Amino acid sequence: MPRITMREAISQALWEEMERDPKVFILGEEVGVWGGTYAVTKGFYDHFGEKRVKDTPIAEAAIIGAAIGAAMTGQRPVAELMTINFAFSAMDHIVNEAAKLHYMFAGQFVLPMVIRAVGGGGRQLGATHSQTPDAVFAHFPGLKVVSPGTPEDAKGLLKAAIRSDDPVLFIEHATMYQVRGEVPDGDFVIPIGKSKVQRPGKDVTIVTYSKGLEISLKAAEVLAKEGIEVEIVDLRSLRPLDMEPVIESFKKTNRAVIVEEGWKSYGVGSEVAARIYEQAFDYVDAPVKRVAQKEVPLPYNRTLEQLALPQIADVIQAVKEVL
Amino acid sequence: MEKSVYLEMFYQMVVIRRLEDAAAQLYQQGKIGGFLHLYIGQEAVSTGLISPRKPQDRVITAYRDHGVAINCGLSSNEVMAELLGKATGCTKGKGGSMHMADVKKNFWGGHAIVGAHLPLAAGLALGDQYQGSDGVTICMFGDGATNIGYFHEGVNLSKVWKLPVLWVCENNLYGMGTTVERASAVSEIRQKAEGYGIPNERVDGMDILAVRRASAKALDYVRAGSGPYFLEIITYRFRGHSMGDPERYRQAEEVKCWQEENDPIGFYHKHLVDNGIASADELAALDRKAAQEIAEAVRFAESSPEPAPEALWEHIYTE
Repeated sequence: MPRITMREAISQALWEEMERDPKVFILGEEVGVWGGTYAVTKGFYDHFGEKRVKDTPIAEAAIIGAAIGAAMTGQRPVAELMTINFAFSAMDHIVNEAAKLHYMFAGQFVLPMVIRAVGGGGRQLGATHSQTPDAVFAHFPGLKVVSPGTPEDAKGLLKAAIRSDDPVLFIEHATMYQVRGEVPDGDFVIPIGKSKVQRPGKDVTIVTYSKGLEISLKAAEVLAKEGIEVEIVDLRSLRPLDMEPVIESFKKTNRAVIVEEGWKSYGVGSEVAARIYEQAFDYVDAPVKRVAQKEVPLPYNRTLEQLALPQIADVIQAVKEVL
Repeated sequence: MEKSVYLEMFYQMVVIRRLEDAAAQLYQQGKIGGFLHLYIGQEAVSTGLISPRKPQDRVITAYRDHGVAINCGLSSNEVMAELLGKATGCTKGKGGSMHMADVKKNFWGGHAIVGAHLPLAAGLALGDQYQGSDGVTICMFGDGATNIGYFHEGVNLSKVWKLPVLWVCENNLYGMGTTVERASAVSEIRQKAEGYGIPNERVDGMDILAVRRASAKALDYVRAGSGPYFLEIITYRFRGHSMGDPERYRQAEEVKCWQEENDPIGFYHKHLVDNGIASADELAALDRKAAQEIAEAVRFAESSPEPAPEALWEHIYTE
């Protein structure tokens, strides 16, 4: 299997879906002539033309609103938000329109749309441009929230998102575009809403996704040298949330650490921990630990920024604490 | 214009007036919950506006949507049933007063967040443009919506992309209880369209024929591929913003003056009779028919079943 980057995987998924289905089109800030600020849509404008690769004004409510409207007419728009931090400018359209129109109008409106958004910290972009608010969006029924941690998942899940008739928020991590991984050739789709064991183990269950997967895999390598075998379950989708592989793993290890980049309070870890206690209380041998971002607005200074973000060492320490 | 068109518009206006009167009573009896925004006084706007549309033209509006629903061809039965939250309502009791729709009638809702549906309207028009349809999206909103960012983002985008959308501001002089002058930098809302280089017109919304003429002209312009058009239609709501509005922000005399001297139905009635288009008897018969239709709609709604408990879990996702 070829080893390609996360960027290439996402780009391939978009390209292939646009070739497959003329209803698919892209809109967003600098997606066209510029080629995408993270270069994901480089070459698209020249190949697919202005009609299908639409540069928009810097107006997020218009971008998401127009995507919703176009989806209602049967198109399959993929709207790009340059960063997920700009989603707040389109918050109403994401959580109050996209997430609700199908339900509120008793199924009359169908919204086959994807919002691609770049999230995460670690690039010294300061507090307003570095957030990981994934859990905020996962709070809303009606929206699907997907965030891949490997190139293979990125490609397969983005294809599934584009083919889905429901609105999907697809969150890519800003520091992971160069991550390489094996991706099968040709067309494949990974169903949304299935967690996956990314590394088997027997001692502790790590539940994570996106950037958390990257640091958890590295922590696992270190721990393995000390004879500790962690099992890593990648959620891949925050809504719907597939707890089955998590619970299955936990019943084996009886210990869990949840790793996420967002803030701890009211976060993904809070939800997963609560569900572990609800669904597998009899199997708990140690309190579930959460590794997350320090509860501060992310600072610009590199040292301070890294101090706030969850690190490999934090994961290792948490694993040892639950053992 | 054919006589039948004149009479159909008259009939729709009296149906809306009677539907809203009945809804107000049902609200006071506690049979309608939530908010209830009545269209009484503004009937000529959406009736005149929608009358010349073609089947491929989409309509999308704000939360004061019962009248618009009727003009789009929804039955009084399903509108009234929705107000009562019944399973037979146009959105099966899920949407209520502010969220009516019928895709088959090209009515794309009832949207309750002020201004938020303008970018959606741009998207509907984008879909038509993408598909090469000659349909026009008619997007209605109140004067209050023109002060929020969504308005500016949506209207700007429509001009930049030359979208087939007809923007229609129903200026009823108050955003809830705040006068246009106290909330908007310009009191002539059409000036905002001017700022975006969009051709525009200000129309007397109490004169249904003036509204219809302006709408037909604007639809032709947009349909020809010339880009968006903007109508500001001056109107007045005879009732409060919603039920339970104490109306401290305006004088009873002001309301009375509009009701007595500028009632769009009375105005149109006089026009039809004075010009020999219809007799007073014919119009009275239409009004009686409307009264019967609404009485039947109330019976239908009251005797309709509640949504089943399972409906709670339907339509969150498509699959």
